[in-house]
Amino acid sequence: MPPEISRADVARLASLARIELTDEELDHLAPQLAVILESVAKVSEVADADVPPTSHAVPLSNVYRADELRPGLTPEEALAGAPEVEEQRFAVPRILGEEA
Amino acid sequence: MTVTTLVSYDDAVAQFDPVLGLEVHVELNTVSKMFCGCSTEFGAEPNTQVCPVCLGLPGALPVANESAVEAAIRIGLALNCSIAEWCRFARKNYFYPDMPKNFQTSQYDEPIAFDGWTEVELDGETYRIEIERAHMEEDTGKSLHVGGATGRIHGAERSLLDYNRAGVPLIEIVTKPIEGTGAKAPEVARAYVTHLRELMAALGVSDVRMEQGSLRCDANVSLRPDAQAEYGLRTETKNVNSLRSVERALRYEICRQATVLADGGRVTQETRHWHEDTGVTTPGRSKEEAEDYRYFPEPDLVPIAPSREWVDELRATLPEPPAVRRARLQEAWGFSDLEMRDAAGAGALPLIEATVGAGAAPQAARKWWSGELARRAHADGVELAELSITPAEVAQIQAMIDAGRLNDKLARQVIDGVLADEGSPEDVVTARGLEVVSDDAALGTAVDQAIADNPDVADKIRSGKVAAAGALIGVVMKQMRGQADAARVRELILERLGQ
Amino acid sequence: MNELITRSAVELAELLAAGEVSSVEVTQAHLDRIAAVDGAVHAFLQVDAEGALRTAADVDARRAAGEALAPLAGIPIAVKDVLATKGIPTTCGSKILEGWVPPYDATVVKRLKEAGLPILGKTNMDEFAMGSSTEHSAYGPTRNPWDLERIPGGSGGGSAAAVAGYLAPLAIGTDTGGSIRQPSAVTGTIGVKPTYGGVSRYGLIALASSLDQAGPVTRTVLDAALLHETIAGHDPCDSTSIDAPVPPVLEAVRNADLSGLRVGVVSELRGEGYQPGIEARFDDALKLLTSAGAEIVEVSCAHFVYGLATYYLILPSEASSNLAKFDAMRYGLRVLPDGVSDPTAEQVMAATREAGFGPEVKRRIILGTYALSSGYWDAYYGSAQKVRTLIRRDFDAAYEKVDVLVSPTAPTTAFPIGAKVDDPLAMYLNDIATIPASLAGMPGLSLPSGLADEDGLPAGIQVLAPAMADDRLYRVAAALESMLLEQWGGPLLSQAPELEVAR
Repeated sequence: MPPEISRADVARLASLARIELTDEELDHLAPQLAVILESVAKVSEVADADVPPTSHAVPLSNVYRADELRPGLTPEEALAGAPEVEEQRFAVPRILGEEA
Repeated sequence: MTVTTLVSYDDAVAQFDPVLGLEVHVELNTVSKMFCGCSTEFGAEPNTQVCPVCLGLPGALPVANESAVEAAIRIGLALNCSIAEWCRFARKNYFYPDMPKNFQTSQYDEPIAFDGWTEVELDGETYRIEIERAHMEEDTGKSLHVGGATGRIHGAERSLLDYNRAGVPLIEIVTKPIEGTGAKAPEVARAYVTHLRELMAALGVSDVRMEQGSLRCDANVSLRPDAQAEYGLRTETKNVNSLRSVERALRYEICRQATVLADGGRVTQETRHWHEDTGVTTPGRSKEEAEDYRYFPEPDLVPIAPSREWVDELRATLPEPPAVRRARLQEAWGFSDLEMRDAAGAGALPLIEATVGAGAAPQAARKWWSGELARRAHADGVELAELSITPAEVAQIQAMIDAGRLNDKLARQVIDGVLADEGSPEDVVTARGLEVVSDDAALGTAVDQAIADNPDVADKIRSGKVAAAGALIGVVMKQMRGQADAARVRELILERLGQ
Repeated sequence: MNELITRSAVELAELLAAGEVSSVEVTQAHLDRIAAVDGAVHAFLQVDAEGALRTAADVDARRAAGEALAPLAGIPIAVKDVLATKGIPTTCGSKILEGWVPPYDATVVKRLKEAGLPILGKTNMDEFAMGSSTEHSAYGPTRNPWDLERIPGGSGGGSAAAVAGYLAPLAIGTDTGGSIRQPSAVTGTIGVKPTYGGVSRYGLIALASSLDQAGPVTRTVLDAALLHETIAGHDPCDSTSIDAPVPPVLEAVRNADLSGLRVGVVSELRGEGYQPGIEARFDDALKLLTSAGAEIVEVSCAHFVYGLATYYLILPSEASSNLAKFDAMRYGLRVLPDGVSDPTAEQVMAATREAGFGPEVKRRIILGTYALSSGYWDAYYGSAQKVRTLIRRDFDAAYEKVDVLVSPTAPTTAFPIGAKVDDPLAMYLNDIATIPASLAGMPGLSLPSGLADEDGLPAGIQVLAPAMADDRLYRVAAALESMLLEQWGGPLLSQAPELEVAR
């Protein structure tokens, strides 16, 4: 069964991904994505339950750093690319946040 | 929404059975951050403890702090958890300006520690709290909301971000649902958080100062008609910034939920915000749908597979369990069960221990911390540990009492002075002139004056009514502003009057 | 054109060592070349003449003072604009990072600087490395020096075109699913994707964290080996970097003996979809390998047919998360939403990402967000990670029977600009042969196999080896290269049309 992805689905995903897609983009993305999804969906056919997933190409583990201080950036360097700075902090527009 | 009168707490717990869930975040006291070598020092100038990694600059990569992993394992062991043989970090994806990468590196379905338990004592009863998991994650930056009236997010014009705290290691400890606490639910919750704080302090992994945010609690509660019923819908309350708040917030939530349910309504499953000043919780911003964090294993980090040898080594470094420690101290100090329980309940044990270590007798230390100081802390609405008097200072004051330089009343005045940041006990005694006067010349003058002013009382004493000396002692004490050595005054009076 | 620029890096190094030419001269010659032809080729997004010449002068001085220098010291190099270069704007081919100047160097860049290579500038690329044609750069496409109306491959088209067009003797590219190898195939250059973890990713702006690798783009196999050794090796700043000695790639070039080598031809990586001219050159190369003593074996890697699907689930998923940091709050573009007074941070983020990301990037972010979302995770991302294991097992089984695998690098020669840009699936097919090794974390190399008969454009042959056996790539490539050079009577690139110099 080919996966269905609607314009509304795309709009919801765009919201999750914080991208304000235009109407035009919403119009043509849904069918494009559906086509792509159809071709990639076959992975679920061949992926057996008892095949372990690979999230890392190399079998490394336990890579640590010692709990020591290392030189970082000066505030000037850190803020250099900031669109807006105030009181040595990154100034951002009002956040809707968690509180009603 | 119309304001309704809330069901009383007693009615609420009579009608419903509360089930709790507590999520506690412990900020570790490692030298450097979880994934980079920036300092974790509290209180630095904004954006002075940042680097490409914790700022989330394009191209930067995390490397796990070995001490943080070690602390996580020790915390897990102290909570009787199993330590994972193999686990990974995961990305928790959501957008928020205090999170530089717009994902938090955390752990999802593979926590480093899981399935543990711990025991909490309250009013002579022991509650066993099951621990679901303890996992590693990184802290966010701090935002300052400006332009609004209250400095809070609501109504702010803009926000200013400081990323010094971003990347500081956090351990999140999550309980399984806590059942069977009944009416004591809020107190059990408070006792649990207090207990965790003690544990973390004993392990030496955190400063555990709630007022500084190195120990944070989110309190979950739901109600059900009785202990056999299914769990009800729960709320999660944030901004619970002190032990007191833990208890108060849960008490309020239980009443609020009971009111909704008693009215025939349904509890909205949501996140709420506790307000210490008004004593209520308010709903968080309602979202159109639940946030989908799209967890997946962090590809920039490799799995953590602590060897069993390492885990055993760390197990050997654990401090004695609190119950064992408590028994040992009780015996050493000779406290009764009730005295011990009161001291523990007030969070006074570490303070008493330190005061004894500074030279005071255990009972004296207990008297101050469990008594006078606990009262003051409660009145000021702060934790005992937050009072600005140290165990060493308390020991000094007691030593002065033992040496006869102060009496109880004067000692309380010295405490006033120390709490008011007037200086050390010696400083306060000198500045305020609080020392007990034992100089016979000075006392004698006052005694003579008192006898002269109160001839009737003097006659009574002369005639053998020694008890009447009390009145004259009072006169002298008043005259000397309480700084007379009462015992010596009595002796002098009786001497003068031939007794 | 100054014939200095047609020399290989090794030849230039010899001239520098002999004192016959200075690094400043070599660097200036390349800067002149860039000025002359890059208006047409558009390989570079940023040229740092001042910085490059300063480094060159410094190396010349140190050489004169008798200091011991690294083998490639003084040889100029171009760096793909996906690597952070301190003080030099780094855009990843995107508007969202227009003008962003990193406050730090990528480890690869640090190593180039420590070895004394003057950095000419940053090369063009598909936006955030998503593409196979460099047409998705927000700054306009790069053109193939073989035919300026054709694509140079992608995502690292700028680095490949720079090297193919003699704008730089060396370049650094990055390869996630073929972004070094495929451009090399269509431009007649050599491109290497090292074993995953072989080269540090610190400072490599991430596309798919579990797939990205930086590697050399050169005109000769020996140059590639030297550059490989310069940049590879463990980096404590990258948890995924391998803590082991760099495979002996230089030695492999010098001892390129193929007798007894078992070479596997992957049956799934040829045939339908592959241009006949490319297959013809591939078959010719197989004959050369046989003549040099290698044994050709047919192998089947049945799960390779799922490679594309697996890749186009894993990559967008990781990328959707990696690209979340571009939100207008701390650096980069900030765009306010139209007609909204007093917008929220969330609205500014959404407006900025809409304006700052191109269509391919947005497509993949949405796809990735979908593949990771609850309810779909198991079917998409979760399944893809499992198929990745199956692909790796196919490789492991193959390497029980053979020492290396070979295939055509790309299914077509350079196609015209605009031919596939509106058909994402057609575009994705360019990586069909290069993707499997990326998924398995194994190394791969592309070298020119000749020109395709039907269009006279370069074809590439890909060599693959087990993880950590990068040296085998170089052994095969070096042997094949010398046989091909003999056949061609000189480098393949000398058959490319001369680029018109801007007046």
